Amino acid sequence: MENTNTLPTTTPQQLFLKQWGTTIFVSLTVIAIVIWQYILNANVTEAVLASTIRQSTPLVLGALCGLLGERSAVINIGIEGQMLLGAFVGFLVNVWTGNLWIAVFAAIFTGAVMGLLLAYMSVTLKMDQIIGGTVINILALGLTGYFYQVGLTTKGKMLPIPLGPLADIPIIGPALFNNPPITYATFVLVFLVHYVLFHTKWGLRTRAVGEHPRAADTLGVNVFKVRYVNVIVGGAIAGLAGAFLTLEAVGSFERAMTNGRGFVALAVMIFGKFTPLGAWGAALLFGFANAMQTQLQFADIQVPHQFIGMLPYILTIIVLSGFVGRTHIPAADGVPYEKE
Amino acid sequence: MSEKTTTKENLALEVRHVTKRFPGVIANDDVSFTLKKGEIHALLGENGAGKSTLMNVVYGLYAQDEGEFLIDNEVVEINGPNDAINYGIGMVHQHFMLVPVFTVTENMILGSEITKGTSLDLARAKKEILEISEAYGLEVDPDALIENLPVGVQQRVEILKALYRKANILVLDEPTAVLTPQEAEDLFDVMRDLTKKGVSIIFITHKLKEILNVADRVTVMRRGKVVGHAKPSETDAQGLATMMVGRDVLLEVAKTPAKPTEVVLEVNHLKIKDERDVEVVKDISFEVRAGEILGIAGIQGNGQTELIEAITGLRGADSGEVHLSGEIIPFEKPRYLVEHGMGHVPEDRHKHGLVLPYDLADNIVLNTYYQKPFAGKMMIRDDQAVLKNATELIKRFDVRAPSPHVAASTLSGGNQQKVIVAREFSHPLKVLIANQPTRGLDVGSIEYIHKEIINMRDEGVGVLVISAELDEILSLADRIAIMFRGEIVTIIDAKSATREQLGLWMAGASPEMS
Repeated sequence: MENTNTLPTTTPQQLFLKQWGTTIFVSLTVIAIVIWQYILNANVTEAVLASTIRQSTPLVLGALCGLLGERSAVINIGIEGQMLLGAFVGFLVNVWTGNLWIAVFAAIFTGAVMGLLLAYMSVTLKMDQIIGGTVINILALGLTGYFYQVGLTTKGKMLPIPLGPLADIPIIGPALFNNPPITYATFVLVFLVHYVLFHTKWGLRTRAVGEHPRAADTLGVNVFKVRYVNVIVGGAIAGLAGAFLTLEAVGSFERAMTNGRGFVALAVMIFGKFTPLGAWGAALLFGFANAMQTQLQFADIQVPHQFIGMLPYILTIIVLSGFVGRTHIPAADGVPYEKE
Repeated sequence: MSEKTTTKENLALEVRHVTKRFPGVIANDDVSFTLKKGEIHALLGENGAGKSTLMNVVYGLYAQDEGEFLIDNEVVEINGPNDAINYGIGMVHQHFMLVPVFTVTENMILGSEITKGTSLDLARAKKEILEISEAYGLEVDPDALIENLPVGVQQRVEILKALYRKANILVLDEPTAVLTPQEAEDLFDVMRDLTKKGVSIIFITHKLKEILNVADRVTVMRRGKVVGHAKPSETDAQGLATMMVGRDVLLEVAKTPAKPTEVVLEVNHLKIKDERDVEVVKDISFEVRAGEILGIAGIQGNGQTELIEAITGLRGADSGEVHLSGEIIPFEKPRYLVEHGMGHVPEDRHKHGLVLPYDLADNIVLNTYYQKPFAGKMMIRDDQAVLKNATELIKRFDVRAPSPHVAASTLSGGNQQKVIVAREFSHPLKVLIANQPTRGLDVGSIEYIHKEIINMRDEGVGVLVISAELDEILSLADRIAIMFRGEIVTIIDAKSATREQLGLWMAGASPEMS
């Protein structure tokens, strides 16, 4: 920092490699594996890819929730709870009304209310944000456990909508263009959040509030409002992830069915360097590794299945430690703003 | 210095009877002053006199308890920075309000974004920024990241940020605190130029020279009150200092000729590489004798920080050695140094000088807490002894604090520095290293600390003073070493030194050339 004149200079090419090297390397490897597998067995490959998308959807949504919060400097470790409560309320509303769409909106609303609660605790009450998130996780686990009745099932579930001829494209067609609505919505949300965060006024203010809230304040930006809105919208997205679990993937509710996805989503968010596209890539990679290991367990390989089960996690560790490099965390992350 | 004619009606801003109270303190007590159009009006006062508070009230960051503001002779309500911006007030804060990971453009438009549909229109913003930067002669690269820019340029971005919001009243809060002398000169040129273009400037400072250099009028504040107005052309540094402090102060400390005796600190061929493997200290040798002050002058970033860190045990060296009273010191063993008679007033008092959340009593025993009498039987600390020690030293070193139990973070900079001085000067010393001992302090505190340093010298301590302020070096040192790019250019007797010559050497001229 002190000697600005002797900073090592980086050429644009080096910068490009530094930023995109990992992504390119990992993508190429994955594509190579997929094509090789497709030649060996087309059906299995398509199943693996479809499973990749399925596995990644709640993770991407969770990560979007997390990064909206953290970009405005509110750490959200309550994603798990927001997801779980969204899943549960969505499920109940569907059981009562028989309508899937009302149920989805109920889940989104529930997530948003949980977001509001987190925002109130961390922005207004200036509570420790880790504790605030934990409160939400415990609350969700308690409420859903208490009110859950065995034997209820949803009335139908979200069905895949093939997008005409696109769905017939080999390899990627079935995985990308033959999905139920929430999965499509996820694709759209990734790009939408990316656009909002990096190309709009709101996004600029959000990032400023996450880095240097006082600077934003002195320019007339309402720090509290920016944080509230981002955390609430994030909560809504986590609620949607919950709806995906009960109304699209499984079709019923089980206790603690989120099963740590809210926390994996946090890892995915960091892995993706707090960017929506990065998080999507990370979630896809994780989903792919998971789908692969399920598939490998059926294959006739002389390796104990526990080792194959480790694959996704080993992959995550290798990629995280070896390739991703340093992530810039928003400078004010987790620090409540005091107006003096 | 300027040929402006101002009439009574020609006021850009008038502050009338503003009072601002914080719990337990009156930060501004019935403060009034006027800012004429196109003038540079200095607001002078010691740290804690209420200058910054007043400006934060004007900028809408705090609400005043009493009083009103007039802009262009009309009473206005300022309820937040947005109002202030709308009335054409721009503020450059002492600690820059810039997002380090944003580009210049992003920082400039934040809060006043230009959009095309829903998207930010960065291309147009960039164009507008370049136009303004050209109009005011303040060059910036709109695409540069703030964190990669030198401090002087960051400040330029801050000024442009205000001008971008069409500010015609510019508040500069201690703008030179972070600048090198050269950068400060550039800033003054910019300020004079801005007034010619119709901007009125409020210049907050506690440096008298700067006021005499650049201001048209001065308002002096002390303990929250306005104690006087003056015109720099009709007063001098001594007069301003007296007004600011409320008593006569010595701007230059009286001292007798040094009586150097044996060598107490000897640095031999020291070489240091920094974290990036760049050699920042290149083969430096010098010695300090008991009873003299050696001053190291140099623009910041020429290796002084690393050199002092090595001598004071905060970092290792790649080769060379340091002798303390004839014995080679081990590197990176600060406790050894404390026990062998080295005192260190560090460059960054917040980072290396104090544990800010700790109270004064604890801060004063930071380097001796494990010794008797502070550590009693069974390693249990003796609170009574710690407290007694603190009470004595707080009194002896004139630290203005309500009690030894307040956290160091609650004190003003000058009093924090006195706490460090109290700790470092109160154990038996052979060598004293004072790095930027008065940075950011007001004249009263500077006078005090300079006097203490000279006292140490007269008691036979060898003193090494490092400062980026030439005035400080000239008023303290008996011999002066000039450091440039990791080397000592030359060491001269202070009596034969001139400011101009030192300035040239600090900028890299070699002594053979002169």
